[in-house]
Amino acid sequence: MASSLLTGIKRGIVFEKRGFVSKTAMILTPILSVLMALLVSAVFLKLMGYKPLEIFKIMITGAFGSTYGLSETVVKSIPLLLCGLGVSVAFRMQLWNIGAEGQFYLGAVAATWVALFYGDGPRFIVLTLMFIAGFLAGGLWGLLPAIPRALFKVNETITTLMMNYVAILFSNYLVYGPWKDPQGMNFPLTAIFSVNATLPTFGNTRVHLGLVFGLAAAVILYIVLWHSKWGYEIRVIGESPVAARYAGMNIARNILLVMVISGGLAGIAGMAEVSGIIQRLQPNLSPGYGYTAIIIAWLARLNPFAMIGVSFLFGGLLVGGYNMQTSGLPAAVVLMLQGAILFFVLGSEIMTKYRIKLVKGR
Amino acid sequence: MKEPLFVILLSTAIIAGTPLLFAALGEILAERAGILNLGVEGMMLVGAVTGFIVTLKTQNHWAGVAAAMLAGGMLATIHAFLSVTLRANQVVSGLALTIFGTGLSSFLGKTFVGQPIPDPFRPLVVPGLSKIPVLGTVFFKHDALVYLSFIIVVLVWFLLFRTRWGLNLRAVGENPAAADSVGIHVYVTRYISVILGGMLAGIGGAYLSLAYAPTWIENMTAGRGWIAVALVIFAVWHPVKALVGAYIFGGVDALGFRLQAIGEQGSFLQNISPFFLQMLPYLLTIAVLIIITGETKKRRVGTPASLGLPYDREER
Repeated sequence: MASSLLTGIKRGIVFEKRGFVSKTAMILTPILSVLMALLVSAVFLKLMGYKPLEIFKIMITGAFGSTYGLSETVVKSIPLLLCGLGVSVAFRMQLWNIGAEGQFYLGAVAATWVALFYGDGPRFIVLTLMFIAGFLAGGLWGLLPAIPRALFKVNETITTLMMNYVAILFSNYLVYGPWKDPQGMNFPLTAIFSVNATLPTFGNTRVHLGLVFGLAAAVILYIVLWHSKWGYEIRVIGESPVAARYAGMNIARNILLVMVISGGLAGIAGMAEVSGIIQRLQPNLSPGYGYTAIIIAWLARLNPFAMIGVSFLFGGLLVGGYNMQTSGLPAAVVLMLQGAILFFVLGSEIMTKYRIKLVKGR
Repeated sequence: MKEPLFVILLSTAIIAGTPLLFAALGEILAERAGILNLGVEGMMLVGAVTGFIVTLKTQNHWAGVAAAMLAGGMLATIHAFLSVTLRANQVVSGLALTIFGTGLSSFLGKTFVGQPIPDPFRPLVVPGLSKIPVLGTVFFKHDALVYLSFIIVVLVWFLLFRTRWGLNLRAVGENPAAADSVGIHVYVTRYISVILGGMLAGIGGAYLSLAYAPTWIENMTAGRGWIAVALVIFAVWHPVKALVGAYIFGGVDALGFRLQAIGEQGSFLQNISPFFLQMLPYLLTIAVLIIITGETKKRRVGTPASLGLPYDREER
């Protein structure tokens, strides 16, 4: 039996259930989704009086066409990968943590605190402390909304999002207030970090050690999720909370733990960004890494390794977006493109479970 | 005649609460039919920018409101198609809508940022009613959109609880399979309520750009779409309670800006950083959500039973 698109009655275009989840469709749909989103955006840009092919060319050559472009793409993909891994751990447990943006900011704030006040120690010690502070602060920001979620089932989507605004306001308070650089001509910036508080970079690029954090996190997450008892618990709770409860798994404790890890990973991303790239705290630290991370997690189907590739692609999208601004388009087009990609990914997911058929009227 | 301070505060609470009210009423319609739409923030932003541009081009703010409704409705249609027809994950689809709407609104509004509007909504004093002491100033010295929101509260309440259509809509949100078996079109009902919800979110956005600000600023909703989603839970999916909630949140929002002006020079209030005062609405949302969730559990009322679950006829 099958049902039609709008009325649910079986006539016209109908969905027929596949007996199994199609592997081919699972790999093909994300790729096709990106292409479809590009196509629709091209039509939209054309209608708005722009030249889509030229814009795409600028974007692609800007992001992938030169060593510099490629290295910048990697730079942007580092926070995306870490935040994406973070939200995916939570998503796996059906915890809709959309607070990666705030967790990122708090990680950056905590790392900055170490750098500003204890930045004159040995480099290894300072960086290790910044790393730990970033993880703990991001983790704390994830834990706060997790407590009411675990105890009273308070909707975590809204609370994690509200925490984003609070985190950004808090960071702005520090930058405009107590942490403002006295020698900074009154600009809302902290003093620049000492060399001992900056992550080492690779060669002549801006690619920093954060890349190793991201790749290591992906590997560790994969091992933990698929090859440990605890990872198995997380996956069971995500897929069937009822079964998990009967099996005697402690759901509340796992919610807290998963949200600390989820927020902590975003916190590390914030630490790596201030330490590796900006080397100070300032407003508008993130062009929405925490939100893009949600799209990346979904596009990668929560698979840590797939997320490496998808983050690279989206890093390129950001770098291409900056290049595109030279042709008079706002960077917001990138956000639209991201939204459109997610629409198509979601829309095409049904293809993995159903087959589309045309049924003549009865 | 100078009004007492609390009257002015209450009146500002209504103004600041009106965009939340429109959006929350829209979300109530969608959620009562079982569809969670987290794209409110995106729909409000696109509503705000289209309303602004159309008002600028036509010199007519009502044309702007109509355009905002159309834009909100169109975005909501995407969500309806994904979540009703394609049975996609509603949380993620709503997030996608917010991300897409944020981008679309800054794209469309790029050249209009900060421009003054020739014909914003201005307060219309209601003859007679505005003379009532206190209440007159609080309720009847506002612009036309505030009065429209009063009407829509009643309208949504009437539709939901006093018409056959509303009964069907609620049935679809509670138990779509049962509704289907008595001949109610589950898909069509869900489409209509989600699209109506989007149109209301569009007006909510337009209120910001045509009456509250009144100008276009990127991301001017500043999380109001999300606060509206929280308000729906606060209001236990009831339009009249949504009105009360919207004004409480509006009051806190307004208070954040006013507190410092009220405080005397060098006093405690003046020393609070504005950044902390701006946190108030977000912190209140979290606090209220925690309290309300505990309460609704005790009273065993609340969430439409099928909220967020896609309906598949074959799995009846």
